[in-house]
Amino acid sequence: MKRESSAFSQSEQGILARTDFSRFLQALQSRGYTIQGPRVHDGAVGWGAVNRLEDLPIGWRDNQHPGSYQLERTTSTRCFGIVHGGESMKQHTFAPQETLIVIERKKKTFECRPTIPETKRIAILGIRACDIAALAIQDRVFLQEQYPDPYYRARRKNLLLIAVNCTRAVETCFCASMGTGPKAQEGYDLSLTENDDDFLVRAGSRAGLEIFQELPLRPVSQAQLDEEKVQINACAASQTRLLDQQQLPQALYDAHDHSQWDEVATRCLACTNCTMVCPTCFCHTVEEQTDLKREKSEHVRLWDSCFTQNHGYIHGKNFRPTIKDRYRMWLTHKLGTWIDQFGTSGCVGCGRCITWCPVGIDLTQEFEKIVTSLNHRTS
Amino acid sequence: MTAQLQGAPLNPFLIYPATIVQKRQDSSDIMSLRLQLDDSKVRKSFHFQAGQFNMLYVFGVGEVAISIVSDPDEPAYLDHTIRVIGRTTQVLGRMNKGESIGIRGPFGHGWPMEEAKGKDILVITGGLGCAPVVGAIEYMFRRRDEYGSINILHGVKASHDLLYRERFDAWRRHPRTKVFLTSDEPGKTWHYHVGVVTELFEHIESDPEQTLVMMCGPEIMMRVAVQILALRGFRPDLMYVSLERHMECGIGLCGHCQLGPYFLCKDGPVMRYDAIAYLLGKTGI
Repeated sequence: MKRESSAFSQSEQGILARTDFSRFLQALQSRGYTIQGPRVHDGAVGWGAVNRLEDLPIGWRDNQHPGSYQLERTTSTRCFGIVHGGESMKQHTFAPQETLIVIERKKKTFECRPTIPETKRIAILGIRACDIAALAIQDRVFLQEQYPDPYYRARRKNLLLIAVNCTRAVETCFCASMGTGPKAQEGYDLSLTENDDDFLVRAGSRAGLEIFQELPLRPVSQAQLDEEKVQINACAASQTRLLDQQQLPQALYDAHDHSQWDEVATRCLACTNCTMVCPTCFCHTVEEQTDLKREKSEHVRLWDSCFTQNHGYIHGKNFRPTIKDRYRMWLTHKLGTWIDQFGTSGCVGCGRCITWCPVGIDLTQEFEKIVTSLNHRTS
Repeated sequence: MTAQLQGAPLNPFLIYPATIVQKRQDSSDIMSLRLQLDDSKVRKSFHFQAGQFNMLYVFGVGEVAISIVSDPDEPAYLDHTIRVIGRTTQVLGRMNKGESIGIRGPFGHGWPMEEAKGKDILVITGGLGCAPVVGAIEYMFRRRDEYGSINILHGVKASHDLLYRERFDAWRRHPRTKVFLTSDEPGKTWHYHVGVVTELFEHIESDPEQTLVMMCGPEIMMRVAVQILALRGFRPDLMYVSLERHMECGIGLCGHCQLGPYFLCKDGPVMRYDAIAYLLGKTGI
């Protein structure tokens, strides 16, 4: 989706006092936006309704490691101390489950009508740079092919994106290496960098600017800008994982017969978690749901995963029968063939697939093992 | 723009009702359905290319990807040859003339019928899966003067796997046309060649440099065939194959039909061989 971000580069920025943050929420609400932001439930952060400041996970922070996600309460007054949870932005545009068409019997034949969702204005509060980059990738997949997806488009067009720049990374983050974060560069309507006492606010679009202009902002000092830079650079520097994209996609095409695929298949459970939490994975299937009278049938789109047995199945034959095949398919697509298909990597470095893998498989490590030994072999 | 109009679906997300106007039982588990779209406006705007496919829908059951085998110049009727093998095709197999089914399509890229004009044609098919190329063969016979020699090579495992015996006989009667059949495990009544399809290559009468090859069948057969053809001077850039994968959406969005960087429902099912050569023979992709 085209956004006019370039016109609002550096000049539209100001400082919002923490004590005025409620007025920011009110400004969104008065424009008819319902606010979806980070909410703690079931021991993790996910998207939920934010009606007032106290709804935000104040003082919470997340500790993420391969195969492990834990929240911890601190004495901090910050609202956005949690980097992210298992839910990416994806569900707000590409619904996990939605009816595409309804087919109704009419005498001997039937009638088919699309069920394009009616959407309301939603402000997404607290989207991170990695997820904004992922959204741009999903926009490319769903909206810029020959047949733009009308269901995705209907959800996408009513979103207002309020980014939060990351000043803290979790152990599984590697956005810096993917060039997507920790600071949101474009594609947002408003962005926030949270400090202990205030927020640095930026407008990134016309819609964002209108709200920006209603806020009780103070001018930003050079010292505050410098401090922001220091914090964001420190966040990037703290990231230990990286993914060397230089030899992609070819490195993975050359690696089809690598023994590491056998090794990772002994650990991978094909549980599909990595693809569910991935902000860019777009595979889906359509299920036929018929009523008991067989008068009406709905085609329901559901998220699918290349790790399922059905994904490569065709009448009596499975093209990817083993977990080895499926892990190779996933990694080769995500980091390799995605580039051929959409001109961009399918990975933004959010690290969710590492955190939410029940056995802690780390794609950066798997990739490194494969590519390093390939280089070794050819040298 | 013409390329888009010829063979692009009206709305790939919608299913259009159609009626079975004719049903023919080709064998115990293979049948051909002639379909007509019910809405005359939809019917008039429906155009396809030989080698493209439709998603056929049975109410309350589901969809299945099936090649269109009829002539693209007569899109008012859409013929599909279907093997009863899965859940949806089993229900399709029990349906009769006059009953209603749904169509989404047409999808994918078909055979290069324009590029093939003026060239000799070599068709190599194997097993039961020759339906995707039947439409192209019939297309050429309706315009016989526009094509050079036509060699059709078809291999089956057991002789009872041979379908369309009459169709092969009819093709054989066209001028400048040769049809060769072979079976690995022939029965007593088999009076054609015995062996694999590549053994028939010595009978091909065409100019290798000027021959466009159309192939459809098991990937292993196509791989071996290509190697031997290349040794005989056939050009890889004139070889085309029709490939099979799990197809659901038809527009390269659902992800199932991927083969390397390609979405076969959109970029295929017919692919130029040299584009996918490096992918064939790799297992588990």
